[in-house]
Amino acid sequence: MSEFIQQIINGLSVGAMYALIAIGYTLVYGVLRFINFAHSDVFMVGSFVGFYSGKVLGGTSWAGGLGVMAASMVGCALLGILIERLAYKPLRSRSKLTVLITAIGVSMLLQNVGQLVFGTNPQPFPDTLPATTFQVGGVVVSSKDLVVLGFTLCLLGALEYIVLKTKVGTAMRAVAFNPQAASLMGINIDWIISFTFGLGSALAAAGGFLWAYKFPRIEPFMGVAPGLTAFVAAVLGGIGNITGAALGGLLLGVIETLVKGSRWSTWTEAIAFVLLILILLFKPAGLLGRVQAEKV
Amino acid sequence: MLEVVDLKVGYGAIEALHGISFSVKQGEIVTLIGANGAGKSTTLRAVSGLIRARSGQVMFHGRPITSMPAHEIVKLGMAHVPEGRMVFANLTVMENLQMGAYLQKDKAVIARELEYVFSVFPRLKEREKQISGTLSGGEQQMLAIGRALMSKPRFLMLDEPSLGIAPLLVKSIFEQIVKINRDHGLTILLVEQNANLALRVSARGYVLETGKITLSDNSAALLANPKVRSAYLGG
Ligand SMILES: Nc1ncnc2c1ncn2[C@@H]1O[C@H](COP(=O)(O)OP(=O)(O)O)[C@@H](O)[C@H]1O
Ligand SMILES: [Mg+2]
Repeated sequence: MSEFIQQIINGLSVGAMYALIAIGYTLVYGVLRFINFAHSDVFMVGSFVGFYSGKVLGGTSWAGGLGVMAASMVGCALLGILIERLAYKPLRSRSKLTVLITAIGVSMLLQNVGQLVFGTNPQPFPDTLPATTFQVGGVVVSSKDLVVLGFTLCLLGALEYIVLKTKVGTAMRAVAFNPQAASLMGINIDWIISFTFGLGSALAAAGGFLWAYKFPRIEPFMGVAPGLTAFVAAVLGGIGNITGAALGGLLLGVIETLVKGSRWSTWTEAIAFVLLILILLFKPAGLLGRVQAEKV
Repeated sequence: MLEVVDLKVGYGAIEALHGISFSVKQGEIVTLIGANGAGKSTTLRAVSGLIRARSGQVMFHGRPITSMPAHEIVKLGMAHVPEGRMVFANLTVMENLQMGAYLQKDKAVIARELEYVFSVFPRLKEREKQISGTLSGGEQQMLAIGRALMSKPRFLMLDEPSLGIAPLLVKSIFEQIVKINRDHGLTILLVEQNANLALRVSARGYVLETGKITLSDNSAALLANPKVRSAYLGG
């Protein structure tokens, strides 16, 4: 039993990081209707920025760790905005397939630049945030899992506030629903798209930092597997639906961890794909998604 | 106020407007009538910057706005209520109205404007917190007009406000349009297939036929014109 609870906590913390990535896919899909496949590599860059700024800063402290995470988030927000401006914006009137292929190209570019700068060998991530383990009942709890969950909850709360309560968040929802009508309100669509990329990328960066904190070995391809799982999480929750992406991430984290700990552990890598196929077959709109009636 | 000169607009290979010219003066209500597919909506979209003109010029307050993006034109005091209303169905009534005042920084001005819109369409106040997608067609039209008024425009363009709405509501919406024009001297360009109603509230009108303006006169004369009567007023 205590092992099961441990697994659940572990799964939730992995799932929280999937959620942070999945939201970026869903936000961008909401305003531009395409899957930004370079998003998983922005996650990777997030932990790399953490790696370098953590080394520069040195030491282990709450303030320092938070500073490093903030640096990752700001750096990746700028990166996300830059990617959209340089690679996707010129293609906005082209077919979705063109943009999709470009996104895969940007993904490969980031991985290759990562290899150039960082090398191909995994390196240990500096301990920027404090960590201990303790026992509750018979359950061994790593403080890392609690930190990951706590930080994620705070970030999701902030996101919810931005999207639901602020003017720019309302404008994001307006643009997602009907960009033409939004521009008739005086909303600068390009600006809102940039903001959306910045927001999604900052969350992915936080995910990348936390991932490296929990699994402290990083390398330029580290984004690929979590990125794919998070993408499935976004589809599972109903692409375009923020709450769905968060729940999808948590759910996938738990399922994956439970499978890994069972006698079907060899299936761990495949579980996301199996789920993806099942969703597309039986509930293509996702768990929380509605089949959208296109408004004319 | 608005001066359109030899405007040509197309979609891909087809040309929808073959060089049209018309004008709207300060304080007027002007109607653009025409059959389905004549190019009425295209005209409004080109004026408000939603689509690019191929050639010709649009002047607003003596300023060329032909190649300006839509969100910049809004700043000059133009509001466009598009065909099919296009309210943000995923937002509440209040959020839609707030988006209408997106460019307004002054909270007091927004509050005053909101009060005015609620006085014109009390129904919107009752439904303030409702998700707009659940409003009736007529209520969505009120919201679309109210949302446009929130930007405090000097010039308002309405694309078929009567489309798909119960006749009784259409009458009340048109009464409000006239009232808005009278109260604030708001200049209005009205596009309608319901020519009878539109010509009754406007001072002048233009007839658009497959991308060309074929007739322009004051509204009373158009109402009496046998050609207009047979084509647009059902005899
Ligand atoms: N998005 C579009 N793509 C291609 N053709 C269009 C588009 N919108 C309108 N058209 C064409 O342009 C012409 C004028 O359309 P429109 O301006 O909508 O007419 P109206 O508003 O008078 O009914 C029509 O022939 C229509 O088929
Ligand atoms: Mg039309």
